[in-house]
Amino acid sequence: MGVAARSAADASHGGSPLVLIRNVSKQFANGTLAIRGVDLDLADGEFVSILGPSGCGKSTLLRIIAGLGAPSAGSVDWPTSAHSAEGEAEPDLGFVFQDPTLMPWANALKNVMLPLTLAHVGKAEAQARATEMLALVGLKGFERSYPRELSGGMKMRVSIARALVTRPKILLMDEPFAALDEITRHKLNDDLLDLWWRHRFTGVFVTHSVFESVYLSQRIVVMAARPGRVMADVKNAAPYPRDALFRTSAEYAQLCREASGILKAAIAQ
Amino acid sequence: MTDTQLNAPTIVPHDGTDAEARPVFAEERRVLGVAVSSWPGIIAPIVIGILALALWEAVVRLKEIPPYILPGPILIAQTLYSDWGTLSVSLLITLRITFAALIAAVTVGVALAVIFTQSRWLEKSLFPYAVVLQVTPIVSIAPLIIIWVNDINLSLLICAWIVAFFPILSNTILGLNSADHNLINLFQLYRASRWQQLWHLRLPAALPYFLGGLKISGGLALIGAVVAEFVAGTGGSASGLAYRILESGYQLRIPRMFAALVLISGSGIAIFLATSAIAHYALRHWHESAVKREN
Repeated sequence: MGVAARSAADASHGGSPLVLIRNVSKQFANGTLAIRGVDLDLADGEFVSILGPSGCGKSTLLRIIAGLGAPSAGSVDWPTSAHSAEGEAEPDLGFVFQDPTLMPWANALKNVMLPLTLAHVGKAEAQARATEMLALVGLKGFERSYPRELSGGMKMRVSIARALVTRPKILLMDEPFAALDEITRHKLNDDLLDLWWRHRFTGVFVTHSVFESVYLSQRIVVMAARPGRVMADVKNAAPYPRDALFRTSAEYAQLCREASGILKAAIAQ
Repeated sequence: MTDTQLNAPTIVPHDGTDAEARPVFAEERRVLGVAVSSWPGIIAPIVIGILALALWEAVVRLKEIPPYILPGPILIAQTLYSDWGTLSVSLLITLRITFAALIAAVTVGVALAVIFTQSRWLEKSLFPYAVVLQVTPIVSIAPLIIIWVNDINLSLLICAWIVAFFPILSNTILGLNSADHNLINLFQLYRASRWQQLWHLRLPAALPYFLGGLKISGGLALIGAVVAEFVAGTGGSASGLAYRILESGYQLRIPRMFAALVLISGSGIAIFLATSAIAHYALRHWHESAVKREN
């Protein structure tokens, strides 16, 4: 990693509000109330996990933040982002789905180039930026590989590279590593933190794993189901870089216990 | 990239990037460009074919069946050779109609599919008529088309097109609508235009389905061309293979009839092989249908 020791103060970089979620509710056409009255602020540069049991609406919330579907009530504001002529926010974001969601007919490089191609970035520049991004996620030499030639972890890396290639201010991740084995997941967690540290994007990580959320984030937002709502907002002041040692620390154990307790209470309701 | 390069051990970093877990593809020695395990699948039907032809010839000779009832394969081959002048002209006419119909079917089928997927209303209002066109037996409307259209070649083309275009239309519609919904979301996220979504996502996603339709339509175009020609019969000025078959029937030149049949079947097989090869070539990098995995 080659990053000098970072203090806890360092970890809370930035701090100006990037996303303001106010009283957001979402009711689907069939009447299901997916989330109700969610208030959440995301600060520039922080890493937040949204933790909750399945069906608590955490993915729905993430999609609303991304603009994939409007909330039934409430608002999502981007105070610092550019706005379109119609006054609609055009947030600068990347999204990583639960599945790698790659185009099977395109090789890794072309997949990573997609956001740039769609934004009419010149081919040479797009190629250079995508190549660089692939190297950053550890896939140097696999530019010409097609998705079906890659392993599950590598496909997820391509997906992350695609999300980051536009250098977005915020990276939204919807249980990206849920389908991977534990060893691969740990490695990807470390690499993700490293990327986050270097590029200073805001990370929003949806997960149902207490350990993953504690390991990764500065804040753990715990949600309860039926209807989905925020139960608690747990701070995690542990310094970065975090590594295997952090996983055995008392601080980690204490936070996991705390988050698990809230999660249990959320499920019991 | 050839299949052998698929497994090219580029750099396999032992660094936890999960590169060691890449899938392994079956790799095989090739003889004359064909994988070793594919050869039995090529040789077996050829052997069966030769045996059947030999049996046929033997029966015809031993039972002394007259050629106007059943000619032997050797006589058919001789006729094919001696009548090649007439037959090759007819073959060309039939193939020309077939390919023109197939090209028209691809063009109209894909264009309509794209238009339908851009507008649900157009699809809802027009698709039923495409079905009507498909389910109406071509022999029953061919006479009408031949009467209405003055040019006999054009009317044959229209008949063959009607038979051939539906599989391409319905398969392409299915393909255009089966793009991964998460990928569609991703395109929305990046504010892709309709055109970008079509070009970069829906059309590539539809390719395997379209090629499946093409395989069916290739054969249907030939059938359509031959059937329409039968209906047009001797009234037509065209003289494709179907006309040769009718003519040989009237004149009791049965070996020539068989020779014309051989050419029709041969064309059908060639079209099938060609469309299969196109499909394999177009999908070889990414589609499951074109790859073998090592278990």
